[in-house]
Amino acid sequence: MTAHAQHLHWVQLCQRDDLVAESGVAARVGQQQIALFYLPDDNAVFALDNHDPFSAANVLARGIIGDLQGHWVVAAPIYKQHFRLDNGQCLEDASVCVATWPARLNGDAVEVALPIALPI
Amino acid sequence: MSQRKDLIIIGNGMVGHHFADSFRQSDAADQWHIQIVGEERLSAYDRVHLSDYFQGSDHSALALGTPQSYRAAGISAHLGTRVERIDRASKTLVLNDGEELSYDKLVLATGSYPFVPPIPGHDAERCFVYRTLDDLDAIRSAATNRQTGDNVGVVIGGGLLGLEAANALRSLGLATHVIEFAPRLMPVQLDDAAGSVLKHKIEALGVQVHTDTATDSIETLADGRLRLHFASGDNLDTDVLVFSAGIRPRDELARQCGLDVGERGGVRINNHAQTSDPDIYAIGEVALWDNRIFGLVAPGYRMAEAAVAHLGGGDSPFLGADMSTKLKLLGVDVGSIGDAHGNSAGAISFRYHNEAKGQYKKIVTSADGKHLLGAILVGDNSAYDSLLQYYLNDIALPAEPDSLILPNSTGAPALGVDALPDSATICSCMNVTKGAIVSAIDGGCCSVGDVKAETRANSSCGGCAAMLKNIVDATLEARGVEVDHSLCEHFAHTRQALYHLVQVEGIKTFDDLIAKHGRGHGCDICKPTVASILASHWNEGVHEAPHVKLQDTNDTFLANMQKDGTYSIVPRIAGGEITPDKLLVIGQVAKDYRLYTKITGGQRIDLFGAQLHQLPEIWQRLIDAGFETGHAYGKALRTVKSCVGSTWCRYGQQDSVGMAILLENRYKGLRAPHKIKFAVSGCTRECAEAQSKDIGVIATENGWNLYVCGNGGMKPRHADLFATDLDDVTLIRTVDRLLMFYVRTADRLQRTARWLESLDGGLDYLSDVILNDSLGLGAELDTQMARVVDTYQCEWKATLEDEQKLKRFRTFVNSPESDDNVVFVEERDQIRPATADEKQHIIASA
Repeated sequence: MTAHAQHLHWVQLCQRDDLVAESGVAARVGQQQIALFYLPDDNAVFALDNHDPFSAANVLARGIIGDLQGHWVVAAPIYKQHFRLDNGQCLEDASVCVATWPARLNGDAVEVALPIALPI
Repeated sequence: MSQRKDLIIIGNGMVGHHFADSFRQSDAADQWHIQIVGEERLSAYDRVHLSDYFQGSDHSALALGTPQSYRAAGISAHLGTRVERIDRASKTLVLNDGEELSYDKLVLATGSYPFVPPIPGHDAERCFVYRTLDDLDAIRSAATNRQTGDNVGVVIGGGLLGLEAANALRSLGLATHVIEFAPRLMPVQLDDAAGSVLKHKIEALGVQVHTDTATDSIETLADGRLRLHFASGDNLDTDVLVFSAGIRPRDELARQCGLDVGERGGVRINNHAQTSDPDIYAIGEVALWDNRIFGLVAPGYRMAEAAVAHLGGGDSPFLGADMSTKLKLLGVDVGSIGDAHGNSAGAISFRYHNEAKGQYKKIVTSADGKHLLGAILVGDNSAYDSLLQYYLNDIALPAEPDSLILPNSTGAPALGVDALPDSATICSCMNVTKGAIVSAIDGGCCSVGDVKAETRANSSCGGCAAMLKNIVDATLEARGVEVDHSLCEHFAHTRQALYHLVQVEGIKTFDDLIAKHGRGHGCDICKPTVASILASHWNEGVHEAPHVKLQDTNDTFLANMQKDGTYSIVPRIAGGEITPDKLLVIGQVAKDYRLYTKITGGQRIDLFGAQLHQLPEIWQRLIDAGFETGHAYGKALRTVKSCVGSTWCRYGQQDSVGMAILLENRYKGLRAPHKIKFAVSGCTRECAEAQSKDIGVIATENGWNLYVCGNGGMKPRHADLFATDLDDVTLIRTVDRLLMFYVRTADRLQRTARWLESLDGGLDYLSDVILNDSLGLGAELDTQMARVVDTYQCEWKATLEDEQKLKRFRTFVNSPESDDNVVFVEERDQIRPATADEKQHIIASA
């Protein structure tokens, strides 16, 4: 199998101030672009791949977020597909799923857990 | 009441439940006392949607009946209870808790059990079957109690249920394998080519498929994992193993009490679902009809209905069932209809195979090509509903039957709702015909939900949802009934109703509106709609804190997102008039930032290819030179096109440029349900093409003629002449009122053309309201427009003055770098986005 044993490695990406309430911003780690979404009411941050598989553009951070069918989702800003914030699953196409990473607020620091293998 | 006879149903699965439910609604019901004995601790649930359980559904979401609902219906349910034996002579049965029940009639709905091939080691601790919610709980706990992060799951069996199980394992985060003994997946329903397309699609999703693979033994390793030894000599280690190798009828009670059973199992039944004992019926997967076991829910339901009818003295025989299936397996469309393999004598087949898209379609027709005998679809089920109707209703095929499966075939006749006979079965699970749906609507049902509740169509597998909606919508429309116009799942209101709520209750934020009148948190449909309503009513900046999260990306960044994620910029050039100095500024900015420039269809200049972080710098230079934002990104007034007018043109009758500039500056920034365009022509030669615009103004000798509600959108509409020979003041007051009335009453994304068409009374009504003030709204509309005009501010100017707002304009919050996925190439001396192929080439050669 391709998956290796992976340890979580928390990387600080930015500060809480850099986030936008109930909306997204983009960050990058090496070549990887990460869309960060912030729900202040739940004190929660979600990290998804910023790459939109339908348009092949790095834009997911710039979509509107909301809830559909009981899940928090982001609407891709180009062709409007919805991706679940918690697991990256596309609602319109069950075969499409974007990468997600664990994310948290550590005090005011915004942190994302990356597999240690990823070049920082 | 004490005279009631006893009816006992053994088995509380979907078919047993359906029997109870149908029987309770039959005329005979009140002569009987019904009891159900169910082995599972939970009452009947929807096993077809078992996999939803892994997506977060719980038993209650899947439940068909509950102990409470049975009690309420006067049915006694013994759940978590087994029948030990049946004594046909005394007509009694004994439960595992020792209780004895006597019956007058008995129904066996004991279903089937999953077949586990007798491979040595098949009974290891981590071997499971995929049948009940308890099975799923056990699989979940085995799959998730290891911590290594690289857990593997294997399914033995590549049939329909096996692939369902594989999807479940995958959703638990396991690296998933499917082992199939046959040379292809779903050997019963698919042919080799279809099986291979399905295999490729599933492998692309990360599920490894091993066809033609026999498992010799299963070894339990020291750490509890399992090692599968294949006949080929290969092995595969796994954490969880699920068997899905077919079903076997649970006929042990029938054997115990001496009913006739088939050679390979199954309780023999006649067309009334009666067994060899006329007081005992058998329905569902335990029943053997014409030497066949039906492993789908719909035939079980049919048998249940045949038995219900027979018990009530009626006659509705079971005469076999359609085994066509439409599924989404791991997100891949799979459909199989009738004689998919073309076994019928003289059958001919037509195939379409697109390897690039992973699509395979095959139809099997009679020798004369006139009737559909079967079909297979993989990768695209869009033709399924039509094909099934051709098949079930034996509708004559078009002259070239392959047009039904070829892409973009102009000859493909859309099998519309009207083409179907009333006898056409729409929902094969619940046996609901088109006629039944239409009569439900005639009986007062007004929505898909109502029809579903009344006829029970679409309440099982869900495969007929699209067809049902088409029939309901078409029938309602034919009867002049309005269809549900809820904005989205968060608001059961139209845009207009929301506008009124905002206005009457003075609501200023989305959060207030959804708390009072909606539910949930909102979505990309309702948020921008409400943002637009709030903006056209209160005209607060779109970047004020409560509104930020509501905006589409274009409104957020005050620019137009293009296909590669870069933005284009349109400064306002009112009426199309621009000074040479301003032209130079635009040219210089475009050059400095290497932007593509184009004159737009509305006499403006569009600058393409700017990245997010460049927008403020670019706009700072444009604002410094006296430009304003052109709102090219918003559902707002875009542009007022003009011709040259009387100033220069020898035919011009009025100053069309001056009027265009006046109008554009008056309404700039007005948020509307859709974008709005104007034009002003200086004479009837109409060089500005005003009659194709939302608002068109054409100069006459005596003033201005006003045209309204034209457009050049998807369905072009010529504008209507609304008023003639207006002076400047009257023209502007009329446009004020008309626009504001549109803003208030139109639907979301409804252009003025469609809005006028939807107004009861049409143009006459609109004239009456606007020109004669028949509703007395004039003054209010004037006031509302005056507020919007007076509170205008250039959104870019306001943004540049606010450090906090500018923070948003960073490509990355943690890096000053650009998005390296944005790659341009040159064409006709300017940049354009590189195609995917070009990008690969550029990156490879870098």
